[in-house]
Amino acid sequence: MEQKTKINAEDGKQEMVITREFDLPLELLFKAYIEPEIVAQWMGTKVLKLESKKHGGYQFETTDPKGNKYGFNGVIHEFSPNRKITRTFEMENTPFGVQLEIYEFEKLTDDSSRLKMHVVYESVAQRDQVLKLPFAQGINMAHNRLEDMVSKLK
Amino acid sequence: MNLRRDVFQAIADPTRRAILLLVASQSMTAGAIAANFDTARPTVSKHLQILTACELLKHEQNGREIYYHINAKKMKEVADFIEPFRKMWDDRFNKLETIMKKYKSK
Repeated sequence: MEQKTKINAEDGKQEMVITREFDLPLELLFKAYIEPEIVAQWMGTKVLKLESKKHGGYQFETTDPKGNKYGFNGVIHEFSPNRKITRTFEMENTPFGVQLEIYEFEKLTDDSSRLKMHVVYESVAQRDQVLKLPFAQGINMAHNRLEDMVSKLK
Repeated sequence: MNLRRDVFQAIADPTRRAILLLVASQSMTAGAIAANFDTARPTVSKHLQILTACELLKHEQNGREIYYHINAKKMKEVADFIEPFRKMWDDRFNKLETIMKKYKSK
């Protein structure tokens, strides 16, 4: 089966491209990026600020199950409705630096659309670290679950 | 079932990793696999069950014996460290799609 979400991250480059086709009209896809309450729902985050315009900024805050809070923020450089958003993205208090994100929205048919997300990092090492995050979390989660199971057996 | 999580649970266990390494070189029966471990046979069977459920192992009936072999395609997916990252975005985008479909029908 063809994968709906594709990642292209070539070795030794400090960028990656994420593409995804949606069974949604272009306008609805775009709306999911600019309406604060919708962003909050699918990103699973609290939206403290989201100014969808040139010179605008945004600020998100995510709380993990243990109650730890993580902040994300960035500024918007280009905002062109139903077409393009260029913005920066920063995970606060992490060594991952600031990344540049270029979102391109494209109509395929009346009921389908495509998003191309081009992300540029400060260095190759930073990009690779970000790519490995969910992998490392997967391994950690598995270990934690095993520990939980073992401690319940005692 | 969250397959990604299950696969990671599968490879996080040292005995299961050892089983995968063993079977990687050749197809083996459950008995032959168990002979390599000090653990009780039912424990090894349980590990084989988990690895099969996660599609890391496949089994084939050959006469009276069941042979286990590696599912190379799935193994490659796990070895590919980008896959969990892709899966994370895929899950997120699926959520976006579901939410917006409901939004549309409102």
